[in-house]
Amino acid sequence: MSTIPLTHYLVVAAALFSIGLAVAITKRNAIGVLLGLELMLNAVNLNLVAFSRHDPELIRGQLFALFVIVVATVEVTVALAIVLRVYSHYRTIDPDQVSDLRR
Amino acid sequence: MEQVAFYGFSALAIGSALFILLTRNLMYAAFGLFLALLGVAALYVLAGADFLAITQLLVYVGGILVLLIFGIMLTRPAGERPDASQPNRVVVVNDRRFWGLLLSVLLFCLFSFTILAGNFALVGDTLISRSTIRTLGVELMTSHLLPFEIAGVLLLVALVGAAYLAVNRNPSA
Repeated sequence: MSTIPLTHYLVVAAALFSIGLAVAITKRNAIGVLLGLELMLNAVNLNLVAFSRHDPELIRGQLFALFVIVVATVEVTVALAIVLRVYSHYRTIDPDQVSDLRR
Repeated sequence: MEQVAFYGFSALAIGSALFILLTRNLMYAAFGLFLALLGVAALYVLAGADFLAITQLLVYVGGILVLLIFGIMLTRPAGERPDASQPNRVVVVNDRRFWGLLLSVLLFCLFSFTILAGNFALVGDTLISRSTIRTLGVELMTSHLLPFEIAGVLLLVALVGAAYLAVNRNPSA
């Protein structure tokens, strides 16, 4: 059916993962870091889906990707709740400035 | 035709990911994430994962992205006066540029080398063009029932935990 080789999917996913890592490192904002994490999770899902093309009977890669999406949702909700608490305490969500544990 | 679509949507996803990396306005970064997620969903369709593409659009674009934009709006930097008549400009400093870019470029080179050097022995046919919903449903309800239930419990725990965490219990602080 498909004429696109598997390695092309993998290279696209590798590029997305690397860019997501760069976003997570360079953004000095907790929500910017979350954006990078979402990109990385999507790259991993793309890998799983691309490999699951060769498993047409029980598409285990797609099932795993479905669970990855669920866990990504959970991660974002809890992370945003924590970010809101941090903001109300420190008045900033720059991860470099949130450095003291004491009130 | 399929190749044009594949490379077009790949370029869309990677280009908007680069836009997220380079822009300083966090609102624009969120919209760039929208385009990147759209491109990835189209790549899912091209890889034969129709249900996963729809799930991606529903969950990420409909849920996570709206949540992230709410988070951006609610956590404006102190000292910045929001002006209701102006477009949203949430400027974020990009720091550690050198190390971030160096690390990611090195990682991409490593990945590309591994992928291109690796010779994947792929047995089995490629996915024929039919809907995957039936297979996914049967598998979720038979052999993957325990992870399915655990995912449900995890979602409930996250719902309760996020509601508990987000409440400000010390209004004077």
